[in-house]
Amino acid sequence: MTNQSTLHPDVVAFIEECLGREHPESFLMAVLHKVQDYYGFLSQAHMYEVAQRLQVPTSTVSGVSTFYHFFRLKPRGKYAISVCLGTACFVKGADNILEAFKTELGIELGETTKDGLYSLENTRCLGVCGLAPVVTINDKVFSQVTPQQVPEILNRVLSQDTEKTAPTPA
Amino acid sequence: MKKIKLTIDNTPVTVPEQTTIMEAAQTIGIHIPRLCYHPDLSLEGACRICIVEVDGARTFQTSCSTEVREGMTIQTNSPEIRQARRDLVELILDNHPQDCQTCERDGQCELQNLAYTLGVRERLYEGERKTFPLETSSLSVIRDSEKCILCYRCVRMCSEVQGVHNLTQMHRGVKTVVTPAFEAPLADSVCINCGQCINVCPTAAFQEKRFTDEVWAALADPAKHVVAQIAPSIRAAIGEDFGLPAGTPATFQTVTALRRLGFDAVFDTNFGADLTVVEEAHELVLRIKKNENLPLLTSCSPGWISYMEHFYPELIPHASSCRSPMTMLSVLLKTYYAELKSLDPKNIYVVGIMPCTAKKFEIFRPEHYTATGQPFTDAVLTTREFAWMVKAYGIDFTKLPDNDFDNPLGFSSGAADLFGTTGGVMEATLRTAAEKITGEPLRDLNFTQVRQVEGLKEASIKVGSQTLNVAVANGLTNAQTILEKVKAGKKQYHLIELMACPGGCVGGGGQPYPSEGRYVLDRDLIRLRAQALYMIDEKKKVRKSHENPFILELYENFLGRPGSEKAHHLLHTHYTPREPRGIK
Repeated sequence: MTNQSTLHPDVVAFIEECLGREHPESFLMAVLHKVQDYYGFLSQAHMYEVAQRLQVPTSTVSGVSTFYHFFRLKPRGKYAISVCLGTACFVKGADNILEAFKTELGIELGETTKDGLYSLENTRCLGVCGLAPVVTINDKVFSQVTPQQVPEILNRVLSQDTEKTAPTPA
Repeated sequence: MKKIKLTIDNTPVTVPEQTTIMEAAQTIGIHIPRLCYHPDLSLEGACRICIVEVDGARTFQTSCSTEVREGMTIQTNSPEIRQARRDLVELILDNHPQDCQTCERDGQCELQNLAYTLGVRERLYEGERKTFPLETSSLSVIRDSEKCILCYRCVRMCSEVQGVHNLTQMHRGVKTVVTPAFEAPLADSVCINCGQCINVCPTAAFQEKRFTDEVWAALADPAKHVVAQIAPSIRAAIGEDFGLPAGTPATFQTVTALRRLGFDAVFDTNFGADLTVVEEAHELVLRIKKNENLPLLTSCSPGWISYMEHFYPELIPHASSCRSPMTMLSVLLKTYYAELKSLDPKNIYVVGIMPCTAKKFEIFRPEHYTATGQPFTDAVLTTREFAWMVKAYGIDFTKLPDNDFDNPLGFSSGAADLFGTTGGVMEATLRTAAEKITGEPLRDLNFTQVRQVEGLKEASIKVGSQTLNVAVANGLTNAQTILEKVKAGKKQYHLIELMACPGGCVGGGGQPYPSEGRYVLDRDLIRLRAQALYMIDEKKKVRKSHENPFILELYENFLGRPGSEKAHHLLHTHYTPREPRGIK
């Protein structure tokens, strides 16, 4: 198995490091975060390998990955669009913005477009309620967004992208 | 240990410290209602049915997980408690299919029983029901998540007792579901088909895959010669399903019942067990002589075999190549017996009555097919399914006269009966192997060192000038403990008996659901069933497998000698590492 690892060498090294400590199984969350950092989501193949390397039952890994909302089980797009649905944003019509993104991209919440460019997520309060309603795309913040602005925002993101395609998944 | 004095329902109670309220109540004859609790599993505290009122406590306390304290005053049945318990059950029912009449567990369902005893007589709300498709991928076990009440007994059984860790809870809140990793079908998981999830499930979220329709159809088909064989442990448990006290042997009524159902002939898996002993003892003596692939690991339990293939593929060379007693007998039925009776093996329909759900998987392993592509065993019925067929036919089991098995494949030694309990295969094999090694008759046939094994037991047995180090394990967590010792290599073991189910086949995944007043896999119940088998053995004239006259005749007329080429071809098999790999 060591020869045909599907995990990045850094992740493997991190698991090896955990195995050297007491109760390596307690590092499951940390390892899964590491995998998600590298790949943007947790694939079954990766989780299976984590289970084997860390010697934690695959069922436990799979249970943990679905219990915590911050673990993603589907590939994330190159641009992760996150609509804030916190109280302030919601009161200011964030649900309509979410709908606009769904219509524009043809995907549901939690999905990624077929070309792998955009994924649509929601988030709770980002702590900038003065800018409500807020949308973030990767680490860029868009403030006081209206549903009408949605196509323009998407265009702006794409126009700044020189490749205009999603990287091939790892 | 310090004693604690408390009052439960105005009755003074004195119990050792660290006793739970539930256990303390039990000592004065109060059974607090419960669902997720099981004495052999860790505490979950998921169902909250066992709540009681503790004086001074702000909220109701779960009696399964609250320890007694000095001077506690407890009410188990105040009006508020009764109301709260009823509400809890009603809430579970709101999210549960209302199909009791057509449900597999009707009449034997803990939820149904609880609803009745707590006085739920009307339904106030209809909850939004969860919907899941029926999961039927496995050859042994069906999973019906709509009936699951999330008590997690199966999850704990699968990991704590069986060490398989296949079942887990995925997602959260109302979307929580009990499933194998990645919500994979059971057939693509590390499930070893032991069926203990069925045993511990309070409802019908797990059920065996039924074969009753196929068997009825075969019985009604005049072109088919339908034969049955019954596993050793059936005779020790079947009576319970007809109201007989636990531990009542019912060998010969079972034979009669099978004949009444219309089976053309009834044979005894015990004969296969005797044959297994002779072949396995031969294998053991040979391996000891050559000092290779020791310890020999027994191969009768199909749950254990699957476990080995998923979890310990590196130990495959140690496993006995013997097919299970059931399959050995089925092979003989479609070869030896077919020849004797001038029957076309294609028209022989073999039904195994087994305590086991993993046997349903075993019969469809490609290794166990005839050259013309039929499985040697056509169908496997669990004890429960068989008992249901007897009831469905209207046979009054307790009033049946005795009837003996058909020969030449129906006679067995007492050693064979022991196969139904933990330590039995060991004892039977030792009886034969010891005489083979020393060339002298044994003075004492009873190897009590390997009896009544609660989980795991090691023993050193003197055989002539040699000492054989043996071990017996039941429940796969115990199997794991001994196998890790084998791998560590600090001690030389010669023979290890491994049974997937707690207590061996008497605690099998297909055995009767517990009767009134007992819980599933009650230690006392397992012991009583095992006692029935030891009783049968004591009473038999022939108690050593290699002295079964029909076995001797079989070798003389058909197989040659133990370990012969023909015996190898017909009675032995091989194993394959399986994916996904299990994690211990």
